[in-house]
Amino acid sequence: MIVFLARRISLLLVTLFITSAIIFALTQVLPGDPARLILGRDARPEAIEQLRQELGLNDPVPMQYLRWLGRFVSGDWGLAYTSGQAPIQPLVTERLTNSLQLAALALLFSVPLSILLGVIAGLQENRLPDSLISVVTLSVVGLPEFVTGLILINVFALNFDLFPTASSPPAPGDPVDFLRQLTLPALTATFVLMAYIVRMTRAGVIEELKRPYVRTAILKGLPYRAVVVKHVLRNALLPTITVVALSFGWLVGGLIVIENVFNYPGLGRLMTTAVERKDLPLLQASVMIVVFMFALANVIADVLYALLNPRVRLE
Amino acid sequence: MTNAVDVRGLTLEYRLQTGWVTALEDVSLSITAGQIHGLVGESGSGKTTLALAIMGYLPANARIAAGEILFGGHDLTKRTVDQLRELWGSEISLVPQDALAALNPSIRIGEQISEVARRQGKPRAEADALAVSMLTQVRIADAEDVARRYPHQLSGGMQQRVVIAMALVSRPRLLVLDEPTTSLDVTTQAAILDLVRDLIRANDTAALYVSHDLGLVSQLCDQVTVVYGGEVMASAPTRALFQRPLHPYTIGLIASRPRFTMDSETRLPTIDGVAPSLAERPRGCVFAGRCAAALDRCHAEKPPLETVEPGRTVKCHRWSEIAAGTLVLRQSHESAAVGGEPLPGHVLKANDLVKTFSQGGLLARRSAPVHALNEVSLNIRRRSTLGVVGESGSGKTTLARCIVALETADSGTLELLSIPLSLNLKQRDRSTLRSLQMIFQNPNDSLNPYHTVGHILTRTIQRLDPSAPRPDIQSRMLRLLEAVRLSPEYASRFPNELSGGERQRVGIARAFAADPALVIADEPTSALDVSVQSVVLNLLKDLRASKGVSYLFISHDLRAVAYLADWIIVMYLGQIIEVGNAAQVYLAPSHPYTEALLSALADVGDDVAQELIRLEGDPPSASHIPRGCPFHTRCPRRLGEICETVEPPWRDAGDDHFIRCHIPIDDLIRIQKDVPS
Repeated sequence: MIVFLARRISLLLVTLFITSAIIFALTQVLPGDPARLILGRDARPEAIEQLRQELGLNDPVPMQYLRWLGRFVSGDWGLAYTSGQAPIQPLVTERLTNSLQLAALALLFSVPLSILLGVIAGLQENRLPDSLISVVTLSVVGLPEFVTGLILINVFALNFDLFPTASSPPAPGDPVDFLRQLTLPALTATFVLMAYIVRMTRAGVIEELKRPYVRTAILKGLPYRAVVVKHVLRNALLPTITVVALSFGWLVGGLIVIENVFNYPGLGRLMTTAVERKDLPLLQASVMIVVFMFALANVIADVLYALLNPRVRLE
Repeated sequence: MTNAVDVRGLTLEYRLQTGWVTALEDVSLSITAGQIHGLVGESGSGKTTLALAIMGYLPANARIAAGEILFGGHDLTKRTVDQLRELWGSEISLVPQDALAALNPSIRIGEQISEVARRQGKPRAEADALAVSMLTQVRIADAEDVARRYPHQLSGGMQQRVVIAMALVSRPRLLVLDEPTTSLDVTTQAAILDLVRDLIRANDTAALYVSHDLGLVSQLCDQVTVVYGGEVMASAPTRALFQRPLHPYTIGLIASRPRFTMDSETRLPTIDGVAPSLAERPRGCVFAGRCAAALDRCHAEKPPLETVEPGRTVKCHRWSEIAAGTLVLRQSHESAAVGGEPLPGHVLKANDLVKTFSQGGLLARRSAPVHALNEVSLNIRRRSTLGVVGESGSGKTTLARCIVALETADSGTLELLSIPLSLNLKQRDRSTLRSLQMIFQNPNDSLNPYHTVGHILTRTIQRLDPSAPRPDIQSRMLRLLEAVRLSPEYASRFPNELSGGERQRVGIARAFAADPALVIADEPTSALDVSVQSVVLNLLKDLRASKGVSYLFISHDLRAVAYLADWIIVMYLGQIIEVGNAAQVYLAPSHPYTEALLSALADVGDDVAQELIRLEGDPPSASHIPRGCPFHTRCPRRLGEICETVEPPWRDAGDDHFIRCHIPIDDLIRIQKDVPS
């Protein structure tokens, strides 16, 4: 197990190293000059040149990359070009906290519900409940997030006034506010995720039900519930874990539309802002964090998978 | 004696898109306590459906159309699933086929057994203790340790013992065993059968034993029922059934078993044709289409199941003629292939082939290397067959793969028709590829399902012989089909439209597409039914005579090897331990391992009471080959320390028969004399 963990974590570091290089390279090809961006359109060429020197923008790109990587690893993420040259680290951390809270609630909504629906659909393959679940989840996923989001706002915020129309970060340690602020965006994300998880679970259940060990379990005289819960689900849900982990990465960094609809300050919005303003250090830092969360979710999924599946545990 | 279970007139139907089709028709059988009842039939005969139906377990798309299953005074066909659940696992248990698939991969062994006991109301601690004691009862050493493991961590033999333990937890009154040893090595199979026999006798259980292996059934069972096309063809006490078979199908099955004969020109009798599909059941006798003795009446009118004597039934219009001896069934005993004698000169010489697999990759942990082949040398004469025998893990498949270069051997030399042959596939030219062909074990996996038979064959011809003129290819393809006894219309069929035996014949045709000098056949008949197996073996024998080809014939089935092979090598853990001609290997003196393999083969007509040699445990892993003689850890004739420390010498038993053993030949002859083989 320790060897397995060590191997997965070293792979994680390799992944992060490679992606950091890609991110850096991509930000280099964005058009525009950061120094001019900071100083404004009317700045004198000498001032811009001086700032370029100070920022190290005239150094060879590999050197810039190594300097940036060294600082990033040691926790010095530098200053944003924009937003009055605010320090990046507190900014990203704050947005990350916001995103994580929203992601957590979205997973809390979507995972149990989707698995339940997926299991029902799988057990009732090709019968009415299965078709109903498929039709509903697929039509929901077909709607763009801004449509479902706006419908939810219209119904629950405007008509019933249960939730705010715009979500702000919940007050720390206040579960009521947490739900009040985040329920609607989390529900919107749930609608997107649900179809994938339901499909995966359904396929897993159908595949496992065909396996001979299910017949063994039935002929042991075990109650139907025990056959399903203990024997089938343990194996059927394994692929679902990977899907959930991948969705977690998306929830942290990819909720750009949902965050905009609900005006919620998460990482997704931070990244779009950084791109719009060509704030390279901010963009690099926030993308790195998203990649890190994504990779971490994958490691956790692998470890969970290994814990639940004895066949991969040893190697 | 009262019957533990009584099946009366059972008719079972499946729903297909086209409507209901009959899968079992008017089946009756009964089993008394303490009796082992054999259920024999080919694949598709409905034997597994019947076995499960007797347990009250039906597939979702099946229904009982008529009949009853009386068990303990109740009719199981009238019970709801919830009521059946009360019986399953407590009074009726199943020992399934393919233990690995039948065990839940992510639940520990102990828990999978213990949950059965807990279902019967035992508290957890007691159930867990019972699980361990059941494992001990099925002769698993370290039961406590095994209980904590997962199924994939056990060997095939151990997995099979586990499912037996699981079925016996509650001491059921009826035990259904569905081909429980089919996927196991012969030596393991023999040990499992001993165990099954002892446990059933000890517990006075009624057992239904489903199998396609007649030899095994003749050894194990008290009563045998033969099913075909979902109907009972015959049922009789074992001895009577095998000594005086009354049904043409039974006679055919018994005759078509491959077996050792001194005469290399004999052909196996076969049962021609294929079983009818469920959807198009004949109006008359289901077997009439393949029966050598069928009359017009047989095609028109279904024979009744008649009672010959108490405990003996048969369903044939002509059984009384067979019983009286006035009808002697002539099997399709075509004249033997002529010119089957080996020619002088060698088609293949292999010297000191070595292959070691090391596992692990860049970031994975390296495990001990597996020594699959250890200095293996062999010669194959022209137009002859070299048989290779051994258990799984003996290196026989690696040997085949190294010769055709699907694996690259680490060292050693190969010579094809006296020309050095590279070990590496990339360095072999097209003519070499043409001369060396392979027949695979599983024809289902080795034929592309999206291509017609004709396309598969013409493509192979083009590949191997690009200079062949186009019009020729078509006629060559048709000649190939003819050579493997398939009519020309098969060219337009797809592999899934063929039966298993027909598919294997296409596999053989493909191997013969470009006049090979040597064909390597890796277990070509293992996946086939007995009646089909004999057809394929005969075909291989005929092709050897007509095309002058040589075979390297690999099988775990000593009987099939002995039927076809001129010479045999016996392998154990990547080494050759005995070489000789078929008769020499089959008869004493033999290497103690060969002796055990032969003893493990149950055959019709063997004396059950004979002294049997049983090997302890499973073969050691090829990553940790024992020092000295590799077989010493399981050898029943071990001499002592010398076997554990010194590699045994090759001993000459005369006439090119060699045995690698510390025991001198004369001693082997003496100790093996009183054991019939």
